[in-house]
Amino acid sequence: MSGTEWETVVGLEVHCELKTATKLFCGCANSFGDEPNTNVCPVCLGLPGSLPVLNEGAVERAMRIGAALHCEVHPSVFHRKNYFYPDMPKDYQISQYDEPINVGGWLDLPDGFRVGIVRAHLEEDTGKTSHLGGDGRIHGADYSLVDYNRAGVPLVEIVSEPDIRSAAQARAYASELRAVLVAVDASDGRMEEGSLRVDANVSVRPAGSDTFGTRCEIKNLNSLRSLGRAIEHEAARQVALLESGEAVVQQTRHWDEAAARTVPLRSKEEAFDYRYFPEPDLVPLAPDAGWQAAVAGSLGLLPAQRRARLLALLDGAGDGEVSAAQADQVSAVVDQGLDDLVVAAVSGGAPARLALARAANEVAADVEAGRRLPVADFTKLVSMEGDGKLSASQSKEVLGELLGAGGGDPEAIAGQRGFEAMSADSVVAIVNEVVAAHPDEWGRFAGGDQKLMGFFVGAIRERAGSSFDGKAVSAELRRRLQEA
Amino acid sequence: MTGGAPDGHASPPPIGREDVVHVARLARLELTDEEVGRFTGQLAQVLAHAADVAALDLAGVAPTAHPLPLQNVLRPDEIRPCLDRQEVLDGAPEVEDHRFRVPRIVGDAP
Amino acid sequence: MSAPRGDGTREAGGDGPAGALRIAAAVRAGERSARSVVEEALSAVASGDSDLHAFVTVTADAALAAADEVDRAVAEGRDPGPLAGVPVALKDNLCTRGVPTTCASRILEGWRPPYDATVVDRLAAAGAVAVGKTNMDEFAMGSSTENSCFGPTRNPHDRTRVPGGSSGGSAAAVAAGFVPLALGSDTGGSIRQPAALCGVVGMKPTYGLVSRYGLVAFASSLDQIGPFATSVADAAHLLGVIAGHDRADSTSLPDPDPRPDFAASVGRGVEGRRVGLCLELVEGCAPDVVARVRRAAEDLEAAGAEVSEISVPEFRLGLSAYYLIAPAEASSNLARYDGVRYGLRVDGPDVAAMNTATRTAGFGPEVKRRIMLGTYALSAGYYDAYYGKAQRVRTLMVEAFARAYRQVDVLLGATAPSTAFPIGERVDDPLAMYMSDVCTIPSNLAGHPAISVPYGAGDDGLPVGVQVLAPALGEELLFSVAAALEAAAPAGGGPGAAAPVGSGGPEGAGR
Ligand SMILES: [Mg+2]
Ligand SMILES: [Zn+2]
Repeated sequence: MSGTEWETVVGLEVHCELKTATKLFCGCANSFGDEPNTNVCPVCLGLPGSLPVLNEGAVERAMRIGAALHCEVHPSVFHRKNYFYPDMPKDYQISQYDEPINVGGWLDLPDGFRVGIVRAHLEEDTGKTSHLGGDGRIHGADYSLVDYNRAGVPLVEIVSEPDIRSAAQARAYASELRAVLVAVDASDGRMEEGSLRVDANVSVRPAGSDTFGTRCEIKNLNSLRSLGRAIEHEAARQVALLESGEAVVQQTRHWDEAAARTVPLRSKEEAFDYRYFPEPDLVPLAPDAGWQAAVAGSLGLLPAQRRARLLALLDGAGDGEVSAAQADQVSAVVDQGLDDLVVAAVSGGAPARLALARAANEVAADVEAGRRLPVADFTKLVSMEGDGKLSASQSKEVLGELLGAGGGDPEAIAGQRGFEAMSADSVVAIVNEVVAAHPDEWGRFAGGDQKLMGFFVGAIRERAGSSFDGKAVSAELRRRLQEA
Repeated sequence: MTGGAPDGHASPPPIGREDVVHVARLARLELTDEEVGRFTGQLAQVLAHAADVAALDLAGVAPTAHPLPLQNVLRPDEIRPCLDRQEVLDGAPEVEDHRFRVPRIVGDAP
Repeated sequence: MSAPRGDGTREAGGDGPAGALRIAAAVRAGERSARSVVEEALSAVASGDSDLHAFVTVTADAALAAADEVDRAVAEGRDPGPLAGVPVALKDNLCTRGVPTTCASRILEGWRPPYDATVVDRLAAAGAVAVGKTNMDEFAMGSSTENSCFGPTRNPHDRTRVPGGSSGGSAAAVAAGFVPLALGSDTGGSIRQPAALCGVVGMKPTYGLVSRYGLVAFASSLDQIGPFATSVADAAHLLGVIAGHDRADSTSLPDPDPRPDFAASVGRGVEGRRVGLCLELVEGCAPDVVARVRRAAEDLEAAGAEVSEISVPEFRLGLSAYYLIAPAEASSNLARYDGVRYGLRVDGPDVAAMNTATRTAGFGPEVKRRIMLGTYALSAGYYDAYYGKAQRVRTLMVEAFARAYRQVDVLLGATAPSTAFPIGERVDDPLAMYMSDVCTIPSNLAGHPAISVPYGAGDDGLPVGVQVLAPALGEELLFSVAAALEAAAPAGGGPGAAAPVGSGGPEGAGR
């Protein structure tokens, strides 16, 4: 098979912890990072005699996810998935099996590529196990400790079609899905806290083939970086096997980030037999048309719509094409939920590109503070910069203070700091001085040596100090070049 | 497992010793040889009695999981008091650092 | 033998000195103190239970404290509740906060739940006083109360015989006169069959009428909690206290408006009621049992009912379907006993070995048998043939009942195929033991209510129970027919006929 072009085929399963107040089947707080075993009750500890009751808020969020992914809501049934594991209080997981709540659907990536969605179903999370003694990892540990605070936290598992064809595309899918989950208020999107967990089904096949190769499921992908790397390594491992005439064995593998490789999952069971059957302690779930319509109507704008809205603002500003860097800023601002701030500032009169840049750079550096920042203060600041009343560096400094203080009057802050933008006259005056002081350099610059632009800007910045306005300076330099 | 997967209304194959051993392992029970023999005989007897059900052709009959047709039983997403941690841990076989202590875990979670 | 009476108003136990209604009325009126009632019950248990072994835990101090609280309420003019001062016994699979709840299993030995079952809360709110936990078959799996890690309970009518099961301790405690009321659970007949064998009233409500929250699960889609009493009126009264919607149980039915008054239904009589003597519910039963059921039909006819014979052939599939569904659900429900969070732990080198060692040591043979049977019925390749098929049979059962109830209002049959059998007789023959439930299982599969009423004695002088079955939520109908039967019941075998035990027990003829 040597010389064959290989195609990677990926389907992703994303487990999303829902941002509910309580767990899926009991009233214990759904809260990350609390003292161990403080958010537990008879139900989520699986005590004898306890019974589950379904959380309406979790169903609502599952339906929001389904609506955002263009799924159909189906009457659904919870099943028990039976296997022994100490992080699972009942030694079965309550999950939706062959009758999930959300069926079918799709997610469009920012570049327009469409990934099909098989299903998005509700299930409960397990507790958290810590491994102690030995080397602290599960297989070398002497013993383990279990905290059931997370047991019973609601999850939606989103299963994609095997439509993804590269590691980069997998990352784009996970990233866009994350943005959707945050936008519909279903998830806080924190991969590092485990609130989003991704498993990848990876196979390879000769390019152009329309049959699937044998797949392996890769677990333990807890960042976008791991996801991309794991898929690349796993695809390479499978290609190497096939090219040396061996077969890929269908199995579950773990991604070892440190060793940069996937390793087979270790199991005591010869094979898992989950013995699914309908959960007799719960009754079927069949949201009526009214509830479905209310959920669909409450979704708000999705990330794709939010990006389109910002791009339209940039287009409408009439000051040129949207650059690739600006498109990236648009995505970043939407991902961080700062797009409403930009839109409000623009509708308050601030220039669009400048509002976007300040949001994507300075505000994005402290998103929490950005959410507290009064729109009016941000609007005024960006407008002042746009009007040339503040230089870029002054504007950034004032914005820093606004973010730190949770708002304020930009004009007053600029006044306190003695900021005055370079007036048109002072720009001309300083440029005159600098040009006069460096006649040789000016000659070469005027003769076409563009490298000297940096030299003149630097010299002018030194003289102007904090009132330096790069935009006005470069405009004045260009004007003079044309005259020269 | 003895035999293949039964389909339709054909009677499933009789239960054998290896089935009992397999099922005991799935259920985390350990059986002596003598128990395997005894349980195999007893389960075979019960399953033989159930052959009347296993042999029925019920393709057109829907299953009943619940005797009474309730649906959409939901509770509001409101926090309720949790158990006292000490009371919970007092009932546990082994506790360390406010958590349930268990011997080392050999297999990964599926 | 009392003559049949059409109005069905006789309330033997309820009006007798030991009846629950009588006790509650006296306590509420301040004529008797709850403390004296409870002390009497406790001393009856202390002197009479050592050889019967109906109780596995007696909560004397808590009971006396609760009785004092009832007396305080009466003294202060507060409503002490409809069951004020009435001693009750609880099957040991009902969670009681701080009180051992073992399900008669080594695996839960010493476990004290941190919460009360909903029914336990409701009893306490009604002023009833729990005096202890009763013996049972381990995890309610059995029909004789022999599968208990504490050893068997004996039948008060003949101590060489079983009391039936799995709620044998509760049935024996009422039959022996220790307490006028007890709670049991009924998954395939576990209230009605021991009630029949012990000569007391035992009733399984409609699935979903009584909350299962805090009932340690055996088979979730079949389990229901229900009353034992010495009279139909007392049973109806107790059901009224424990029934009603509970938000903690998703399978709990919404409350109808107005809520039914079970106690009031007792005196309604059977004039014009259509009673179907169900052939499948007497076939295979001992001749003396069949004779009692036929006599019951005649008595109901004499009381004004229209009696006919009816055949429901699907009932013959019940036993098979039940012994696939119940073990399947049980195999999953009992997975949690793994030595990690509560109860027994037997150590092992790794967690899986610890789980296995714990479960192997903690479960008795009948529980292991059913876990394996259920695991097998759910396992890959067998689900469709066994569990899936049994769930479809359940549909047939529901449809068959619906057909029958177009012709008749209630069904009549035996509760158990025979009177109490000797201890040890069936322990090594699971199928013979399972046959004890053949008449009671159909109601569990359909989720319908049914009641066993003592109906004289068999040829051996031991109690015989007659079973009345009604459609879902037909409790009022059920109680009115049961009361008519009770009024007509022949002497012998019933409440008060057990050999006298202890000072508080009723004096009876014995056998
Ligand atoms: Mg899952
Ligand atoms: Zn909880």
